Amino acid sequence: MSAAEPTAAELGRRLRAGEVSARQLTEAALARISARDGRLRAFLRTSPERALVAADAADRRLREDPGAAPPLCGVPMAVKDVLCTEGVETTAGSRILEGFVPPYTATAVARLEAAGAICLGKLNCDEFAMGSSTENSAYQTTANPWDLQRVPGGSSGGSAAAVAGGLVPITLGTDTGGSIRQPAALCGTVGFKPTYGRVSRYGLIAFASSLDQVGPLARSVEDAAMAYAAVAGHDPLDATSLPEPVPDPMGTLRGPVRGLRLGVPHEYLAQDLEPGVRAAFDAACVVLTDLGAELVEVHLPHTDLALAAYYVLAPAEASSNLARMDGLRFGPGAPGSRTLREAYQRTRHDGFGPEVRRRVMLGTYALSSGYYDAYYRRAQQVRTLVARDFTQAFATVDAIVSPTSPTVAFPLGARTRDPLAMYACDILTLPCNLAGIPGISVPAGFSEGLPVGLQVLAPAGEDARCLRVAASYEAATSWAATGPPLEEAAV
Amino acid sequence: MTALPAVAPVGRAAEFEAVIGLEVHVQLLTRTKMFCGCAATYLGLPPNSNTCPVCLGLPGTLPVINQEAVALTLRTALALQCEIPKFSKFDRKNYFYPDLPKGYQISQYDLPLSQRGWLEFEVAGVERAAGITRVHLEEDAGKLLHEGELGSADHSLVDLNRAGVPLMEVVGEPDLRSPAEARAYVTALRQLLMYIGVTDGNMEEGSLRCDANISLRPAGSQALGVKVEVKNMNSFRSVQRALEFEIERQAGLLRAGEPVEQATRGWSEPEGRTVPQRSKEEAEDYRYFPEPDLPPLVIAREQVEAIRSALPELPRARRLRLQQDHGVSAAEAHLLTARAPEADYFEAVVAAGAPPKLAATWQLNELAGLCQRHHRPLEASGLAPERLAALLSLVEAGTINGGTAKELLAEGIETGADPARLAGERQLSQVSDAAALTAIVEEVLQAQPRAGRDFQAGNDRALGALVGAVMARTRGRANARLVDRLLRERLPRDPGP
Repeated sequence: MSAAEPTAAELGRRLRAGEVSARQLTEAALARISARDGRLRAFLRTSPERALVAADAADRRLREDPGAAPPLCGVPMAVKDVLCTEGVETTAGSRILEGFVPPYTATAVARLEAAGAICLGKLNCDEFAMGSSTENSAYQTTANPWDLQRVPGGSSGGSAAAVAGGLVPITLGTDTGGSIRQPAALCGTVGFKPTYGRVSRYGLIAFASSLDQVGPLARSVEDAAMAYAAVAGHDPLDATSLPEPVPDPMGTLRGPVRGLRLGVPHEYLAQDLEPGVRAAFDAACVVLTDLGAELVEVHLPHTDLALAAYYVLAPAEASSNLARMDGLRFGPGAPGSRTLREAYQRTRHDGFGPEVRRRVMLGTYALSSGYYDAYYRRAQQVRTLVARDFTQAFATVDAIVSPTSPTVAFPLGARTRDPLAMYACDILTLPCNLAGIPGISVPAGFSEGLPVGLQVLAPAGEDARCLRVAASYEAATSWAATGPPLEEAAV
Repeated sequence: MTALPAVAPVGRAAEFEAVIGLEVHVQLLTRTKMFCGCAATYLGLPPNSNTCPVCLGLPGTLPVINQEAVALTLRTALALQCEIPKFSKFDRKNYFYPDLPKGYQISQYDLPLSQRGWLEFEVAGVERAAGITRVHLEEDAGKLLHEGELGSADHSLVDLNRAGVPLMEVVGEPDLRSPAEARAYVTALRQLLMYIGVTDGNMEEGSLRCDANISLRPAGSQALGVKVEVKNMNSFRSVQRALEFEIERQAGLLRAGEPVEQATRGWSEPEGRTVPQRSKEEAEDYRYFPEPDLPPLVIAREQVEAIRSALPELPRARRLRLQQDHGVSAAEAHLLTARAPEADYFEAVVAAGAPPKLAATWQLNELAGLCQRHHRPLEASGLAPERLAALLSLVEAGTINGGTAKELLAEGIETGADPARLAGERQLSQVSDAAALTAIVEEVLQAQPRAGRDFQAGNDRALGALVGAVMARTRGRANARLVDRLLRERLPRDPGP
């Protein structure tokens, strides 16, 4: 295994010290993508001209007043293709949006760019973020940098693989049921899903509006915290974004975990966890105990219902969110259709992949007259119970720790024919989305040579505490500093 | 099949009672659209120029609630005596149509902004009230332009300038029993909405659109019949005509022993009939669910009270007050309160010192006629209420006569001049000097002796000619009443047998 590439924080120090320019870093990153991404296939497209213009602007800022330049000024990054980028094609991994060039940039991306970060391009993902392996992309399959025959996780698989593969130090992903944390775990990177509403969803092509949240993937918790600090905060364009000011996560990042009570959910460990995953988690608990945290068992009794509720609510919202994909204003559409019905049917049948069609059907059914009470309303009630589980647990503990994923990265194709097995990937991550609380996955060792993630969950609004527990664990271990065997992967 | 009985008189089928409820969609007078910053006014703009990524429904865009639209809806709800809940929310109504960019309309389903109010209106001089089920807020759709007929057109054009314009829906209870009541209800509702300034009320341009639910039941029955929804009635008259047609159509079916099919029908103005649009089987399942992109609305009591206290006097209260305070007739009060600017004008004229009865007569007759001739609403007549009051005080004092005042008023509207001032400048004051007029009367009788004899012989019209001749010699300034008296004194008739 090779040493990991430098972190964004380290690159920022070098940039401000004038040791390297943003243009050099950008050109080097574009070169790495050319060299390595043929095997990883993390990027759907790069936008070099746009990146170099931004890099030169960042260099001017760094030259004029290096002390005043934001920490990420000049640092390369890339974003999941569900985030709109003005003038750069944005497809959400779907054929139905092929050729769609948004006239606006998602707020999260715009804020990172305003902080001087250089966006190199768009990252592969499951179509409309629906999936746990990135195999549902209509365009390409992304490989796990640790084993090119395995999935990177999903749906933000491109975002995780690009960081783990050393292409860029920071990426943005989105997390609806674990889509940042699970690929971060499977690729051995940090992945942070903030409290619902902390980061604007404006410009994020919606999967399930009440669950979607934008967040960073990075090589270190510090990098993730810096990216989070840059993108978080109220946005007048998103009515669900929280109006309160965001507590600065950087000041408390190095705070101790000594004295914190950390809950270990009984129901999470009762899931079908791979032995290596369980062993890595047990070891992580020992580390946290050694750091002075008190680990106690907590109960989240509605965990088993959470998966079912999620797979009613998320498809229900998706069925409505995707209705605008009608081929009339954007996308390839269905030229030559003789009737409106035919145009709709051909656009949506040919434009959506099988998993998206399945979820649109599921969601449409769950909202239908006569079934609404049995499915959608019932699932909302379960959602309330799941959220209450967390509220009750957080009455006695400061944070909750668990494995992020029940398994390590599985082989490409292993679960594509079994949707339920794919859905089970999210069992440990999706309750967090139902409750709207923050969650992070941080590298916690290996099982059979593949990365395992430690998940830390905190109460809503306590994003800084979530980051602080993860940072303490990270500082006490060396997992994050370990990178995959890149040279071999790049051949 | 039973034979059709003789056709009953139109809409007066006494064996059936009509049960009618109206749904009125109202475009609100906000500055911007419901969920984005585009202008809410789009008339005359090139197609699809009044749009942005949000109202085009582009991927990734999100709605933001227009608080002005919420305030106007609450204003309406309070004017209709509705209850305002503490919480309200928006929901998605899902259906596919090219004029609906997102594939769903953001509307309100089970927690509307208001519920349970009523509207008072008058039918043939009788005061009535109908219940208001709810007043809620939603967004308008765009418009489709078909090449030729919808069925055979080879393509349609989509204009999204209107997409996302705030649309308030006033849902009425099925309390109406005749097309005339329905028409009176819509008339009163439009009047109220314009009074409180929430809409321009322009039915031809679609600012106010009316749908009706109508069913028939045997007279005396309490059970409801099968209802039919009638759409596309865009004038008061078409509301009444469409419902009259529909009553006759349904009555015909029922008399023939055939069922009325639950369906949606459209009113065709040129054909003068309702035509089928959608049957019950084709009815959409809208799959309503709470709009996850918008947080629930928390309606502060202070906001409700602030809106309530800012409500103007409503038409009915104002009408009654004008009768009581100013002694105008019921008919005059109706006309004066038809629109708020009319009533404002009247009260300003009275406040400036004009006698109310005189002010009402002049405003409703002379001024209204002049405004109509110049195609101007009263508030754009160019004649300040104070000027009308000044003119009327000259009439009241007998300084000028009515004919002179009318001419001056017409000139004032034409040129913008102050009529009372013109009267002074042109020395048009009325000649009420009896000695001077007596001399002129003598001159006239000398010139037209025959007319004098005719009058004395019993021909009343001859007196009119003589008065006219006196007026001519004074260039219209003579006090006509005085001239009349002088002539009668000069030309005594024999007392009858």
